[in-house]
Amino acid sequence: MANNLGLAVKPVTETPESEKKRVAEWINTEEYKELNFKREALVVMPPHTCQPLGAELVAHAFEGSLPFVHGSQGCASYYRSTLNRHFREPAPAVSDSMTEDGAVFGGQNNLHEGLENCIALYKPKMVSVFTSCMPEIIGDDLTSFIKNARNAGLVPEEMPVPYANTPSFNGSHIHGYDAMLLSILQTLTDGKKVEGRCTGKLNLIPGFDANTGNFREYKRIFSEFGIEGLILGDISDVFDSPLDGEYRTYPGGTPLEDAADSINGKATITVGPRSSAKTFKWVEDNYAGTNESMPMPLGIANTDAFLMKIAELTGHEVPESLKAERGRAVDAMTDAHQYIHGKKFAVYGDPDQLMGYISFLLEMGAVPYHVLINKGTKKVAKEVQALLDSSPYGAKATIYHKHDLWHLRSLLMTDPVDAIIGDTHGKGLARDAGIPLFRFGFPIFDRVNLHRRPIIGYQGAINMLTEICNKFLDITDETCDERHFEIMR
Amino acid sequence: MAEKVELKTVEGVTKESTQSIIDDVLALYPEKGKKKRAPHLAPNDQLSGKACVNSNKKTVPGVMSARGCAYAGAKGVVWGPIRDMVHISHGPVGCGWYSWGTRRNLVTGQLGVDQFAMQFTSDFQERDVVYGGDKKLEKLIHEAKELFPLAKGFSVLSECPVGLIGDDINAVAKRVAQDLDTPVIPCNCEGFRGVSQSLGHHISNDTIRDYIIETREFEEPIGPYDIALIGEYNIGGDAWSTKPLLEECGFNVKAVWTGDGELEKIAATHQVKLNVIHCYRSMNYMCKVMEEKYGIPWIELNFFGPSKIKTSLRKLAELFDDTIKEKVEAVIAKYDPQMQAIIEEYKPRLDGKKVMLYVGGLRPRHTIGAYEDLGMSCVGSGYEFAHSDDYDRTAPEMPEATVVFDDASEIELEKFAEEMKPDLVGSGIKEKYMFQKMGVPFRQMHSWDYSGPYHGYKGFPIFARDIDMAINSPTWNLVKSPF
Repeated sequence: MANNLGLAVKPVTETPESEKKRVAEWINTEEYKELNFKREALVVMPPHTCQPLGAELVAHAFEGSLPFVHGSQGCASYYRSTLNRHFREPAPAVSDSMTEDGAVFGGQNNLHEGLENCIALYKPKMVSVFTSCMPEIIGDDLTSFIKNARNAGLVPEEMPVPYANTPSFNGSHIHGYDAMLLSILQTLTDGKKVEGRCTGKLNLIPGFDANTGNFREYKRIFSEFGIEGLILGDISDVFDSPLDGEYRTYPGGTPLEDAADSINGKATITVGPRSSAKTFKWVEDNYAGTNESMPMPLGIANTDAFLMKIAELTGHEVPESLKAERGRAVDAMTDAHQYIHGKKFAVYGDPDQLMGYISFLLEMGAVPYHVLINKGTKKVAKEVQALLDSSPYGAKATIYHKHDLWHLRSLLMTDPVDAIIGDTHGKGLARDAGIPLFRFGFPIFDRVNLHRRPIIGYQGAINMLTEICNKFLDITDETCDERHFEIMR
Repeated sequence: MAEKVELKTVEGVTKESTQSIIDDVLALYPEKGKKKRAPHLAPNDQLSGKACVNSNKKTVPGVMSARGCAYAGAKGVVWGPIRDMVHISHGPVGCGWYSWGTRRNLVTGQLGVDQFAMQFTSDFQERDVVYGGDKKLEKLIHEAKELFPLAKGFSVLSECPVGLIGDDINAVAKRVAQDLDTPVIPCNCEGFRGVSQSLGHHISNDTIRDYIIETREFEEPIGPYDIALIGEYNIGGDAWSTKPLLEECGFNVKAVWTGDGELEKIAATHQVKLNVIHCYRSMNYMCKVMEEKYGIPWIELNFFGPSKIKTSLRKLAELFDDTIKEKVEAVIAKYDPQMQAIIEEYKPRLDGKKVMLYVGGLRPRHTIGAYEDLGMSCVGSGYEFAHSDDYDRTAPEMPEATVVFDDASEIELEKFAEEMKPDLVGSGIKEKYMFQKMGVPFRQMHSWDYSGPYHGYKGFPIFARDIDMAINSPTWNLVKSPF
């Protein structure tokens, strides 16, 4: 039975230490880098994950919405535990546990039984359905399945059931976010458009963003303006809920009524142009008011643009409090510039965030050097290049849009930089390269509370700056020779 | 199994009281769901030594199960911990990404040099689904061999699409293995197979049987004390506690399956004299194969808490001569006072506290003794993916009439905790924050909550400290606001 491969039986061997040492040195060489960059099929440590994860994030972001994975149950457990680990919060979501018979007969029975059970047990106001691989491969027809569920009386008449196809073999988590958000908005706003009505509210599409602090910061900015804003997909209370002895399945999220009425809003801004591209296109075609696509407000210029756009769309002036905040941020950046100016960074992330980090670095006179776009496309690479070209500090950057973190490791070892901006998955690279990693992205599995500190807006710029500069100062203190160990820095 | 069982009770817990809680939980379900769930929930019948619940059945759709899939059982549990192999998640990017470094099976070596605890994927795109991924697979294994020359082999772990589109990874594996003269193990562990992680364990055991075992031989002669440690995954460094412990008892641990595992040693395990198994659920299959095929007996032990460790070591010594028996007694005599000191330190703060468990493989039964060493009792326990033989083994460990739940849904766990009022819940990351929001102290019992080891004498002081810390953290006093 054994040895089905037909290989000769051999003695147990130990790899000699000298051989380990040789390879350990070799993987840091230019020769290895060239070999590594020749890869065509193997992907090693990709920084992005699959569509349904993004779909689940936004499915949590509406009031009483229960994320529902149509597909294998293991998928649901993987998405949930990822969100649990990042936020250190519950992530209640169900799956309809398709198995082999589902592959043969399709998943309608599972979906129907699942809807009946989850509605009875978890009393959602909305069930947000998205797919993992299996139903996508076998070609399940969600539209008719859900229609049939309604006809069979398994779903209360008034209950919205948005659904999205989120195949894992296409795009990344940001595209799943987009697909699910689009379906949620289409479903909730269906028939709600009223000619001539205006809610007076500014709608904000945050894009795929797993930083609850950012959401609170957006709301604070609205309140400083004295305007009514509505975040379409608000995770702040969902993934940052109080511990007071009571477990709430649905602790927050964008109210469904408000989301339904968002189609009659005064204006809609997306700050996730690349993670909400389809949603925004649909919004442009269907929503009342003005619709604007903006960069994520990371750094001063992006925040300026964001605030000016709010002012323009709402007719409110940028408030004095935010003007002062801008001044304080610029003060902080000027005070600290010497600790970051000229420092070289490897930067990777989802396109919207990545472009924000780059803007901020350029504003500080720091040098984005190795730039890796998560699941990048030529189009996004062009946009990133244009941003880099806007500053002399961007001139040394090279963009990698089809590469993974094992490629990045080769770059770090052959052409070193001072730090990495990324997420937890970059920690091995940072350790091997002996440089710090700044966890501004997603996921963060190994530090506490970073998802609670905003990085958007002026306050966010101060937060990023503080983390970066103080880390460099720590390194100086920890590594300088005795003669250069000083009280002041 | 032959240990004498003393009846254990928990004040206020009777079969009637537990059944009434179960009935209340079941009342939440629609009729069909209720009918399906009812056989999976029951009060324990301690002295029966028999399972009181049904298990290893399909999960009821929509109930919020904590279960994973066959791929998770294969990649995360059995194959993933083998440190010197490249484990390829074959299919779309997600499965490998989610299981990347999220189990805490620690390894020795340098990443990318002689250990490969990273994410390797074929990153299926639409075209791979349409045209098949076999060619890509063949190419990527060659690329991996070039870039990671010290890898002793490759596992190909299929994700759902691979099985659905009809790829033949077995043919690819055989061809590439012969080309490279390196083991390439095809593991058809698509997530839709079976009802839980459990089938992934079984499929993986079968691939070890079919592709690995007997392909290597130890160069040194076989000694009378040569054993293998099976079902030890080195979570938080567990194997670095149990392996030295067994060595201190006079054994040569020739292979660990599969925590911090080495492929070639696993392949030569057919030469050992005895298999010591810890996680019965995930690896009993290969123990049985090795028993039938090579006549290697196996023994199931428990390395949690000093009482169970002591019983286990003595049970193990019974199979050997006086040399081992003397060494085992010496080991027990050495560690007993140290463990007693730990108990004296923590028991006063934990005595009488109640714990509820919901985990995987062996922990819902194996850890109970460790809690009891600290003066605590178990009021409820259950498994995500157990079979009847696991529940048979659980019955005598749990106190009479406490609640047993199989493949529990989140709402069931919530209600059981509300009614049984445990002082601590030990379960997984998906459950953790629900209980903490309820104000119930919690420890992750899959990952040791980023702590560990918990196995062996080295593990118990850490376990005791962590349990005390969880239950007695002063932050719990702040939950209720004064206004």
